[in-house]
Amino acid sequence: MQRYQQMFSRLATEGRGAFVPFVTLGDPNPALSFDIIKALIDGGADALELGIPFSDPIADGPTIQNANIRALAAGVTPAMSFELIKRIREYNDAIPIGLLLYSNIVMAKGVEAFYAVAAAAGVDSVLIADVPLHESKMFRQAAMAQNIAPIYIVPPNVDDDDLRAIASYGRGYTYLLSRSGVTGAETKAAMPTAELINRIRQYNPAPPLLGFGISSPDQVRDAIANGAAGAISGSAIVKLIEQHYHEPAVLLPALQQFASAMKAAT
Amino acid sequence: MSELKLNPYFGQYGGMFVPQLLVPALKQLESAFVDAQQDPAFLAEFQQLLTEYAGRPTPLTLTRNLSPNPLVKIYLKREDLLHGGAHKTNQVLGQALLTQRMGKKEVIAETGAGQHGVATALACALLGLKCRIYMGAKDIERQQPNVFRMKLMGATVIPVTAGSGTLKDAVNEAMRDWSATYETTHYMLGTAAGPHPFPTIVRDFQRMIGEESKAQILKAEGKLPDAVIACVGGGSNAIGMFADFIEEPNVRLIGVEPGGMGINTHQHGAALSTGSYGILHGAYTAIMQTTDGQIEESYSISAGLDYPAVGPQHTHLQQSGRAEYVAINDDEALAAFQLLAKAEGIIPALESSHAVAYALKLAAAATTPQVLLINLSGRGDKDLSHVHSVLAAQAQQHAQQANEGVV
Repeated sequence: MQRYQQMFSRLATEGRGAFVPFVTLGDPNPALSFDIIKALIDGGADALELGIPFSDPIADGPTIQNANIRALAAGVTPAMSFELIKRIREYNDAIPIGLLLYSNIVMAKGVEAFYAVAAAAGVDSVLIADVPLHESKMFRQAAMAQNIAPIYIVPPNVDDDDLRAIASYGRGYTYLLSRSGVTGAETKAAMPTAELINRIRQYNPAPPLLGFGISSPDQVRDAIANGAAGAISGSAIVKLIEQHYHEPAVLLPALQQFASAMKAAT
Repeated sequence: MSELKLNPYFGQYGGMFVPQLLVPALKQLESAFVDAQQDPAFLAEFQQLLTEYAGRPTPLTLTRNLSPNPLVKIYLKREDLLHGGAHKTNQVLGQALLTQRMGKKEVIAETGAGQHGVATALACALLGLKCRIYMGAKDIERQQPNVFRMKLMGATVIPVTAGSGTLKDAVNEAMRDWSATYETTHYMLGTAAGPHPFPTIVRDFQRMIGEESKAQILKAEGKLPDAVIACVGGGSNAIGMFADFIEEPNVRLIGVEPGGMGINTHQHGAALSTGSYGILHGAYTAIMQTTDGQIEESYSISAGLDYPAVGPQHTHLQQSGRAEYVAINDDEALAAFQLLAKAEGIIPALESSHAVAYALKLAAAATTPQVLLINLSGRGDKDLSHVHSVLAAQAQQHAQQANEGVV
């Protein structure tokens, strides 16, 4: 998880924020998925947020649901997802790699075994979409034992007690939800005010990255102007994959350009 | 981190595995439920709706011709006679009152067979709540009469095409909706599954089934039954029937899961019979999954039992040895459906037919006098066209085989 600290201190000296793309591992197939992630890194991604495909992604809107379906249809398993992460880690040793997934994938492997495999593959953080603060202890302990940062979500309706707990348990970064609902570019981010981000920062959590409904460079710029340490963009990228996965020669340059436009706004 | 008021776990099963965003909504619901249970005005209004609107108490019927064994008496708890046609009506009235208590005006729900959808629609019509119901596209096809019932009562029915297009996918979609609308909308989950506090709320709003049955059978027999038998999909009618018998160690509790084409195939919905545990829809419980943790699609002739998980208290009751869980396959359920109709003039829901089928097996094997109590959780009107077409197809197949000299 030291890679996050290194990234944030580099960005601090540059006076910039982080751009973090999300994609589902193995979407639309393992070979192209590697090229997709490479294009995002080459375009200027500061960190990666990667999903392991799951059959029932309840926190995701239609775009990322379809990414899960494509990857599962291509036969992608958690083991194949970790193989892909290893290749990415070989390609770039410095970039922080976060997993964003659902609890049953972790449970099926066994919690401790899962984090051990993740650490061996080069994962820096794990965010489990359906594990709230109340249920997080066992996962957090397994993460910390493997030097993996447990990531917590701060929703817009967070109360002070939860903020305090999230600040004390979270490492790496804090996932700041821009709005309620599920992932998707259809519903735009509601930009949290500088006041809200200030209130959150008073508890001194790991640096907050804003996610959900972030699809344009303007939103990245606003997020950082209001005090976020950066922004996470998923569905807008996955939409490009959905549109062009049959034509990699179009898709890969488009993704690289998207990443560099988003990074330029940081 | 603010604490919960109730224990979210049954042994090691249950919990509240939902996105952080939904935690305040679940806490608000828990709090409203705990307050309501201590409020005589709430309890009185709930009771009044149950008696004057829904038709409680439901009768207990001693069957005259069903039992295959003169040593065995079979009683039916007649939830099929409840307004709405199934036990589902009980708990939606409770949850609708909670919705009002929380100051919410809208309701979302998921439905499989359409029974919970119908129940939700009627409760919302009665109490002036706006409701939208998520239903798998495949289920909409096989449960047309219930879809029409929901619409007649003013509900919006939203087809879900994702995944297998059945109950599991409808739950996913309802949870997604709720994560955007929880401030104004109550999620009226239809079974004793899902995240805390739903398994507790649904059980407590269904427990009158067991309480009434106990009093009725004590009056009729002067003693408790030897076994209580109920079908288990998510498990609401079963937990409602079991709850008041859990502390009666001499009463066997038997849950009957949908064996579909057989539990050795992948074509079933018998989560407890698979011995595999994980997290689905907010709870750690018995689920149907691959070794990687992907949720498997369940199957049953009965849409209401077609669900790849089960309420966490059932998993706990199984693990602690207090209840037994068995599977009945499609053919056995279909035979029981027809037998109960012919023997007693009662057409049961295909769901409840699973419980009847197991009771018949138990009765046939009995060598000592036994009293069996079946929760007849719903009536079969909704299943008529489906059963009709299945039987017609079977008859045609037999005729064909006879012509070819196979039989």
